[in-house]
Amino acid sequence: MTAPLERPRRKNPVLRTRLPTTPPAARSRVALGLTAAAALGRFELQVCRDCGAVQYPPREACHACLSERLDWRAQDGAGELLAETVLHHGLELYYRERVPWRIGTVRLDCGPAVVAHLHGDCPAPPARVRVRACLDRAGQAALFAIPEKDTPSMADDRQLREMTCDPQHRKILVTDGKTALGQALVRAFVAAGAELVWVGHAEPWKRAPGLDALAALPQSTLVPLDLTDARSVENLAAAIGGKVDILVNNAEHHRTFGIEARRGIDAARAEMDVNYFGLLRLAQAFAPALRARGADGAASAAAWVNVLSIFALANFPPHGTYSASKAAAHSAAQCLRAEMRGSGVRVVNVFPGPIDDEWNQLLLPPKLAPGGLANAIVAALRSGVEDVYPGDVAQDWLARWRDNPKALEREVAG
Amino acid sequence: MSASVLSDLVSGLAAGRIRVIDLTRTLAPELPQIVLPPELGQCWPFRIEEVSRYDERGPAWYWNNFSCGEHTGTHFDAPIHWVSGRDLPGNSVDTLPVEHLVAPACVVDCSAEAAADADFLLTVDFLRAWEARHGRIPPRAWVLMRTDWSKRTDPVAYQNFDESGQHTPGPDVEAVKFLVHERDVLGFGSEAIGTDAGQAAHFRPPYPCHYFMHGSGRYGLQCLTNLDRLPPTGAVLICPPLKIRQGSGSPLRVLALVAADAAGV
Repeated sequence: MTAPLERPRRKNPVLRTRLPTTPPAARSRVALGLTAAAALGRFELQVCRDCGAVQYPPREACHACLSERLDWRAQDGAGELLAETVLHHGLELYYRERVPWRIGTVRLDCGPAVVAHLHGDCPAPPARVRVRACLDRAGQAALFAIPEKDTPSMADDRQLREMTCDPQHRKILVTDGKTALGQALVRAFVAAGAELVWVGHAEPWKRAPGLDALAALPQSTLVPLDLTDARSVENLAAAIGGKVDILVNNAEHHRTFGIEARRGIDAARAEMDVNYFGLLRLAQAFAPALRARGADGAASAAAWVNVLSIFALANFPPHGTYSASKAAAHSAAQCLRAEMRGSGVRVVNVFPGPIDDEWNQLLLPPKLAPGGLANAIVAALRSGVEDVYPGDVAQDWLARWRDNPKALEREVAG
Repeated sequence: MSASVLSDLVSGLAAGRIRVIDLTRTLAPELPQIVLPPELGQCWPFRIEEVSRYDERGPAWYWNNFSCGEHTGTHFDAPIHWVSGRDLPGNSVDTLPVEHLVAPACVVDCSAEAAADADFLLTVDFLRAWEARHGRIPPRAWVLMRTDWSKRTDPVAYQNFDESGQHTPGPDVEAVKFLVHERDVLGFGSEAIGTDAGQAAHFRPPYPCHYFMHGSGRYGLQCLTNLDRLPPTGAVLICPPLKIRQGSGSPLRVLALVAADAAGV
C-alpha cells in the first residue's frame, strides 16, 4: 500500500536545485488525439466505424479491416494486468532520474493490449486494473494503470504524482482574495493540505467582506498584489516568487457591457488591463521561478492555473468586452503553456460558465457556486488535467462549440 | 522697476530669504485613487512601465511610460470639472487665465479638529475665528485646509472607508458659499483625496465645494502635503496644471514660496 506522503523535509540550501527534465514528447498528429482527451481527463481510443474494432496505438487505418473511418470514443479503461516489469535503467534523462519505474502490460476489456505506467498498489499479475489516460510532465498522454478499487493514499504514489499537481504540502498563491471565488479557493486549498496560501489583494482601502477571516487562517497570509501595477507584481515575485508551487490567477475585472451599451472603452480597457495584461505581468514576474523549480523535490513547482471563462470560446454579447478579454487571456495562456512546457509545470486553463457573483446578477441560473468552482479547480490539480470546463453551462457550451463553433456563435447572439 | 521686483525675488531665493516648499505628493502606483461606485467610470490610478533602462530596449537611456487620470495624485480641478461650471468662459486648464496660477494662500489649521473627528467640517464660524487671529481672507487667494491628513501614510487610513463610505474632513455648504461669495477666493485646497468631505455626497447640494467653487469659476487643489510648513498667511502658490485641451484638471507640482522667517521648518 502507498505510504501517505509525509510533509517534505526542508531542502538543503547548499545543494543545487536540479533542473527539470521531461519525458519524450514527440507524438504523431493522430496520437495527439489521446492527448486531447487526456487534457480533459478522458480516456479515449479510436473505434472503427465499419467493424467496431478498438485501436491501440492510435493509427490512420483500422488494424482489423483497414478502414480509415476511425472515431475517438471514451473507454472505461477496465482490463487485466498481464505482465509487469520494473525499469532500472533509462536512456531518457527523465526516466534515468526516476528509476526504478514500474510498468505493465494491460489487456483492455475493449480489446487492445497496452503498455502502461503501473501504480504501486496494483497487485502482481494477473490482476484487474483500471487504465487512465494522464498527462505526463511533457503534457502528453500517458496510460496509467491504477488498482481496480481505490486504495488509501492512492494519490501519493510516487509515479502517479508525476502525472498530477496535488496541492497537498505545496505553497499556493491565489492572486485575488477579495472575491467569493478567491476566498473559496483559499479554503479549498487549506482543506486539501496546502502548506500555505498567499492571498493577493489590491486596493486595500476598499475593504472586502471575508478578507479578515482569511487572514485569521493559520495557513494563509495576505499579500498586496495589483495585477494592473507592474511594480506590485514584481515586488511580490521578488519576495515569494521562488517559493510558489502553484499559482492560481483568479483576479479578473468584469463589466457587463457589449460594445454599444457603454460609451467609450474605459470598462473594456480595465478588463484587458487585469484579464490580459495582468496575466502577462504575472507571467513575466513569476513564471521564470516556477520553471526553474519544476523538479524541486516532492513539493516542486507544479502548476499555473488561469481562471478564464467559457465566454473565451465564443463571445457572449451581453458581456461582450469581458468575453474578448478572456479570449485574449486564453490565447496568452496557450503561449504561457508552450513556454512552460519544458519545465514540467502544468498550465491549467479553467473555463467556467457564469459564477454566481455580483456581475452575473442578471443572468439566469444555472450559475456556478464559488465553492463548487474552487473544489473543481482543486480536483483538476489532483487529477492532473489541463483544461477544465466546470459546471453545466461550460459543459454545454463546450459540446456545442466542439460540434459547430459557427452554430454556437449564432445561438448566443440571440 | 519691474526688473528690480523680479531681481528681488531671485536674490531672495538665492539668499534663502525665500524658501520653496513642495506641496506635492509623489506619483506612485500605490498612491490611493478616488473611489466611485464600480458601475461608474473610473479615474485611472497612476501606473508606470519602463520603456528601457540602459538595456537591450535602449542601451544608453532610461525612461518610462506612465498613465493616470486628470484627477490622479496631487491635482488641480478646473471649473469645467463640475456640471455647474460647464458653460463658464476660460473654464478648462488650457484656457484659464495663467495669472491665477501664481497666487497667495491662506492656510486654515484644522489639524487638531480633524484628528479628533475624521468627519470634521470647516464652518463659517471657524473661518471667522481664523480671520480674527490672522486677518481677513483677501480676494483671489487660495484657502488651504490644513488637516495633516497627508501624514496618514497608510493608504487605508488615508482613504478611511467603512460601510457608510469615506470619512475625511472638508468644508460644509455654508463655508463654501462664504468663501466664494463673501471672500471671493481663487480656490480651495485640501490634503484629502477631494476638496469635499468624505460624506459630502449626502450634503445639499452633494459635493458643495465642487458645485459652488467650480460654478463660480474657482479652482480646487487636492492631495496636498506639507501644509504644516506654511504660515497662516503670506505664502505664494505656484500651481500651473498641464495644458490639456479642454482638460478638467491635471496632476501638477504645487510649490509654495514662503518668507524664510515665516516658514514653519
